[in-house]
Amino acid sequence: MKRRHLLASAAVVAGLAFPAMADDPTKAGFIYIGPVGDHGWTFTHDQAREALEEHFGDAVETSYVENVNYGPDAERIMTQMALSGTDIIFATSFGYGPDVNNVAARFPDVAFEHATGYIQEADNVSLYNARFYEGRAVIGHIAGKMTETNTIGYIASFPIPEVIMGINSAYLHAKAVNPDVEFRVVWVYSWYDPAQEAAAAEALIEQGADILMQHTDSTAPVTVAQDQGIFAFGQASDMTAFAPESHLTAILDVWDPYYIDRVQAVMDGTWEAGDIWHGIVDGMVGFAPMNDAIPEDIRAEAEEMIAAISAGEYHPFTGPINRQDGSAWLAEGETAPDGDLLTMDFYVEGMTGEVPN
Amino acid sequence: MLRLEKRPQPSKAWTWATPLLAVALTMVAGGILFALLGKDPFVAIRMIFFDPLFSEQFGAYSRPQLLIKAAPLILIAIGLAIGFRAGVWNIGAEGQYIIGALCGAGVALAFFPTPGWYIFPLMILAGAAGGFAWAMIPAILRTKFNTNEILVSLLLVYVAERILAAMSLGLMRNPDIAGFPGSRNLRHYPSAHNAEIIAGTGMHWGVVAAFIAVIFAYILLHRHILGFQVRLAGQAPRAARFAGVAPTRLVILCLGISGMLAGLAGMFEVSGPAGQVNIDFAVGYGFTAIIVAFLGRLHPVGIVLAGLLMALTYIGGELAQFMLRLPSASIQVFQGMLLFFLLAVDLLTNYRIRFARKEATA
Repeated sequence: MKRRHLLASAAVVAGLAFPAMADDPTKAGFIYIGPVGDHGWTFTHDQAREALEEHFGDAVETSYVENVNYGPDAERIMTQMALSGTDIIFATSFGYGPDVNNVAARFPDVAFEHATGYIQEADNVSLYNARFYEGRAVIGHIAGKMTETNTIGYIASFPIPEVIMGINSAYLHAKAVNPDVEFRVVWVYSWYDPAQEAAAAEALIEQGADILMQHTDSTAPVTVAQDQGIFAFGQASDMTAFAPESHLTAILDVWDPYYIDRVQAVMDGTWEAGDIWHGIVDGMVGFAPMNDAIPEDIRAEAEEMIAAISAGEYHPFTGPINRQDGSAWLAEGETAPDGDLLTMDFYVEGMTGEVPN
Repeated sequence: MLRLEKRPQPSKAWTWATPLLAVALTMVAGGILFALLGKDPFVAIRMIFFDPLFSEQFGAYSRPQLLIKAAPLILIAIGLAIGFRAGVWNIGAEGQYIIGALCGAGVALAFFPTPGWYIFPLMILAGAAGGFAWAMIPAILRTKFNTNEILVSLLLVYVAERILAAMSLGLMRNPDIAGFPGSRNLRHYPSAHNAEIIAGTGMHWGVVAAFIAVIFAYILLHRHILGFQVRLAGQAPRAARFAGVAPTRLVILCLGISGMLAGLAGMFEVSGPAGQVNIDFAVGYGFTAIIVAFLGRLHPVGIVLAGLLMALTYIGGELAQFMLRLPSASIQVFQGMLLFFLLAVDLLTNYRIRFARKEATA
């Protein structure tokens, strides 16, 4: 009883103290897997961080650390951020999962936001992700229509559900409009490694690919595509500037509204851990301007697909779809449950090659 | 005119003074760099060198972290230093570190979830054996076929990285989390967890092992005939052969010890701070340890100081990054400067600077 009383009075004191602290800016910290200048994944998160500053002005103070390794380094940096009085920490890569949860357990008053995460052991850990597979469906359609060699090169990072579902989504929609299409996948085991990504791009072009897709964060693949005179899709941000002729479009990561929303919630004291997966309709997935090289009719079809997905009329994973081994996954007309997608570890039927394991 | 004159004997005083001078020069040059980036250089230098140790806000947390970050560096560097002194160049400690971690974690995962006091000691043995075995590849290739151990040990790092990726995705993957790479978290398996011996101090078994290795290396190098042979082989290979030092034995010994220690470092890391086998478990300790070994002048005590200093620049560097918004590249440049200045002022140990009058022309 005494203890509860103590807690209650502590809460009252805290409540009273709050107005006095209102002048203190809310501190938001970010840890990034790559450099802010990758012009891909990390770049978009950092743009959103800047958007926070622009939106809230002096009411918010942001900080970040780039190139943070998964594991002990991430845990240490987040702990130091929490110790420095940071109110909300955004950890922007899937591999920080165990680290985020370890730190969150020790700092129950700090809000943690984990992008593309999958572990939620503490109740101050929020997960957020975007339905990038919706974007992949659209670029798959464009690629299937535009390829002349019927070979699409795909530069993949790690064999995790996020990446595998992206490959499957793109493949299904390329195949739907071009039964002869083939995907070649190179795994580079890194999110950001321009040299390896470029080497992978060159290897894929040698194997006959005339369109490249990437699930890595640098601009190296589109640059190689530009040099070799083939087409490519950018990743995360508009990479047109790096490949004006070759860049067909890019799937955009739009984090600004979500970040503003979550920081506002911290300011209002209404922040609660959530688990969201937003798509085109929510504005978290967007598209860079379509290149003029895409024929008018194909562009119209792409726009149509975007509208249909956005309206909830079309789900990119709609049956019948079989797994690569021929076993049935989705029946006619059935759409993929989120749970299946978030644990996807298999290719769909028709894909060649194997998911590394 | 300045003139360099070779000292007959390397200067004792400068041997100890140059590292301090290098740190001082790094602070000055780094300060200029930070000032050019528009930050207060004094604040930046304070954050890197003093705040992790003495700030009220961070000190209590970062001081133990210093040990955690320095322990694998010291453990690996000690082994490398013995080899470097003998002229045996093991550049592939990163690979031995990975294999040691895989062997150690493999033992733990094989026993999971059985409790048992014997599991952790077995993991230590497996980690040491794994690193040793991986180092034996360049050792045997060198002694039997005279291949270059620098190249072989380095290339084996990439092989080890591939094995690590394959293990994280296949054999060692945690079956309870669908679709994601990485093994079970050994921190949640008490029999295999390399926990802090006294909570909050950062003292885990890897730190203890590092200190034992330092003492062992000191005795070996300075009090034991083997240490004499190691030094002799490095400084005068021909004389060593006349003195009856078997080069084959020495290569095996040096690579074996450094491989074993690197393997141990990997094992202590995977079962403690890292907690799991994962694709990017290896973050470069094996390579940074080469810098630490030279920064510490291949001397066991020097390596302890160098390891702690490197760890400090990492932890303080992170602090400076998010407190002052310094780009991570500037911290890397800063660490690079430290090595650069150290090697540059090394000149003073072996040479004397003379102010010579213009020589009279006859």
